[in-house]
Amino acid sequence: MADKADKNVDAFTGIETTGHNWDGITELNSPLPRWWLWTFYATIIFSIGYMIYYPAVPLIESATRGVSGITNRQIVAEELAAVRAAKAPIVDKIVASDFETIAADDELFRFAVAGGNSLFKVHCSQCHGSGAQGSPGYPNLNDDVWIWGGDMDAIYTTIAHGIRDEADDDTRWSEMPNFGTDELLTGEEIASVTQFVLQLSGRDHDAVQATAGAVIFEENCASCHGDAGEGSAEDGAPNLADALWHYGDSEEIIRAQIAQPRHGVMPAWGERLGEANVKQLTVYVHSLGGGE
Amino acid sequence: MLETMPKQAPDTLAATETYDVEAVNSKERREFYAARQKIHPKRASGRFRLLKWWIMAITLGIYYLTPWIRWDRGPLAPDQAVLIDLANRRFYFFFIEIWPQEFYFVAGMLVMAGIGLFLVTSTFGRAWCGYTCPQTVWVDLYLVVERFFEGDRNQRIKLDAAPMSASKLAKRTAKHAVWLLIGFATGGAWIFYFADAPSLAVDFFTGQAAFVAYSTVAILTATTYIFGGHMREQVCTYMCPWPRIQAAMLDEHSLTVTYNDWRGEPRSRHAKRMRREGVATGDCVDCNACVAVCPMGIDIRDGQQLECITCALCIDACDGVMEKLGFERGLISYATLKDYNANMALAGAAGGAGAVQTESIDPGRVRDESGRLVGGVAHTGLHSIIRPRTILYAVVYALMGIALLVALGLRDRLDVNVLHDRNPVFVKLSDGSIRNGYQVKILNMLGRARTFRLEIEGLPGAILAAPQDGIDPGEEARLTVDPDKLRQVRVFVQVPADHVVPGASDFRFVASEVGGGESATVEANFEAPAEDR
Repeated sequence: MADKADKNVDAFTGIETTGHNWDGITELNSPLPRWWLWTFYATIIFSIGYMIYYPAVPLIESATRGVSGITNRQIVAEELAAVRAAKAPIVDKIVASDFETIAADDELFRFAVAGGNSLFKVHCSQCHGSGAQGSPGYPNLNDDVWIWGGDMDAIYTTIAHGIRDEADDDTRWSEMPNFGTDELLTGEEIASVTQFVLQLSGRDHDAVQATAGAVIFEENCASCHGDAGEGSAEDGAPNLADALWHYGDSEEIIRAQIAQPRHGVMPAWGERLGEANVKQLTVYVHSLGGGE
Repeated sequence: MLETMPKQAPDTLAATETYDVEAVNSKERREFYAARQKIHPKRASGRFRLLKWWIMAITLGIYYLTPWIRWDRGPLAPDQAVLIDLANRRFYFFFIEIWPQEFYFVAGMLVMAGIGLFLVTSTFGRAWCGYTCPQTVWVDLYLVVERFFEGDRNQRIKLDAAPMSASKLAKRTAKHAVWLLIGFATGGAWIFYFADAPSLAVDFFTGQAAFVAYSTVAILTATTYIFGGHMREQVCTYMCPWPRIQAAMLDEHSLTVTYNDWRGEPRSRHAKRMRREGVATGDCVDCNACVAVCPMGIDIRDGQQLECITCALCIDACDGVMEKLGFERGLISYATLKDYNANMALAGAAGGAGAVQTESIDPGRVRDESGRLVGGVAHTGLHSIIRPRTILYAVVYALMGIALLVALGLRDRLDVNVLHDRNPVFVKLSDGSIRNGYQVKILNMLGRARTFRLEIEGLPGAILAAPQDGIDPGEEARLTVDPDKLRQVRVFVQVPADHVVPGASDFRFVASEVGGGESATVEANFEAPAEDR
């Protein structure tokens, strides 16, 4: 502890120096600017008030609540409520309108497409993909193939009640027999039908087997898939004559599907998401490019 | 010698007034930690002061009044001549309308402003600082107010020294009130450039305007009041980088405010008597008028210095004294360093190496018998202004201006942007054809609605459709875009199975105005499954 007499004072400025000396160069120990100091004191006073007003001091299991009682959770809840309130008029309008009205009203349509888009990302993209591009077993919603129909009402029913969802009484239901495992057809017959199905969609096939398969198809398959394999949206029977395949277009996959068909399941969303959200999803899916 | 002489000498100084003033940066007083010396500039009058009054009136007039000029652009566009419409991302300047993507015009104008500053500085020195810089103009305006309430230099000094009284308080209050009012008007004018001035003015005074309007006015009121009323010359000396930059811009051919010591020295308060007695004296009578009028508080006779903003008020003050004394004007004048050096060489001791010392000046060398300046003295003239460097700057400045004007005349008023869908990249349809989706944005930058024909070029068999906009599949789509608007359309391009080329193929969207007019072509990609799929 040096007393005042020991302090190094710069002769030129009259200001105390730090005492450090580098080859004769010393450093002034200038006091902090007054404004800086006062600002610093002001922040200290502010922080005390802040600690009292807001939750601040961490305790073992929680933290002090502060006199304001503000929590982030409450702020978020209020903000969400405000957003919901702001959207309420247009959401009510969507619930009350039929799809024709929504499609014709530019504001409703844009709101529904945007809202449907974000709902799709949250609830649907896990199976159908974020661009609704699908994958084998999960239909591509951009194209013009609809197993259960592609107009807005059909899409709405599919989303609201799902497909083969046992929890929903109005769910869409179709089941193709296990032609192979239930021994409804022999292996040879299944091979013939497979060749015929390949022929239907204009792919490479064995003409002899296909001719034989045509008879078997007419007897076993045409009741659902139609005489020309054109399918039926009413029964959920896919079109077999087009270029797109639900599970895949190779001979093995088609044969396997005849022998022991796979049946995809889509949950019913009507109760979980509510009328307004299902309608928005419907408009969005319909707008992707394949809507009828 | 000088100290022993009486302050009011009968011969020379009867004609003029001497000021007890010292430059704030005089060598004797120069310290590292000096407090600010308050400067009380005296009112000057003369040619340059008159010019500055005019420039002040014009620049302040432009600043305060421009937002109120109206310019008819039709019913859908604002009718304010100069408007920076941030909310709608448009900049209006009389007949010019600039969209954000055309910001290069603003960049070009900024570059021109930079070159203009180079041009002016290399020619006239710090003419920007001395005449047109907002700091100078507003300080001038604030000084007018100060002079109105508190009087000229001597009265102000007296008032400063006087104890507080009712009259002093009244003067001070009035001065600061008017200063604040000017600051408020300055901040107020600024916000009118960003919104419709008449309606914003009403909103502002009825408390309806946006918070940013009030905060902007508050900040600009404060800065104008503090910079113009209180900080003044400190802004130029300590805050502004230009005094430092000017060193790179000035050369020995640049005009600067110069004290011509080759005719002023040796200075004497008794020039006439000394001359009668045969003692050689210069023209400077050491009246300090040049220091008294200086708004920067410096002594120009110390030479060119960074504090000097070349406002030329010392020239006016000195010319007035010279006229009273019957001497030639121009003891302080706009001169180039080259002319000054030549004249110094003429006046100083011949044969000396290096700079001519002031002490060696012999006024007899630059004056003839009758007291007129000799013919060999270099004067400022057109040759000081027109020289290769200034011509080069002027040419570059003009070329940039022409280039911007040409670009403005030829710029597109139609722009098309195309964004390919990322997910899915392509969609295979039931008939085997391939469909790609695009967001097509058409910008109609004119003030009238236009219909464009959108077509596909270079993609055989392709048809386009925009079902969301009610456009059925076909060879072309007709799209009407509202005036001064962007229209975004989701376009599907479909290529039949027998025309599909695996992988990516290039093609072009062509938008052309129906009925002739502008057209635009944009490159785009069409994606199809690769060969092996």
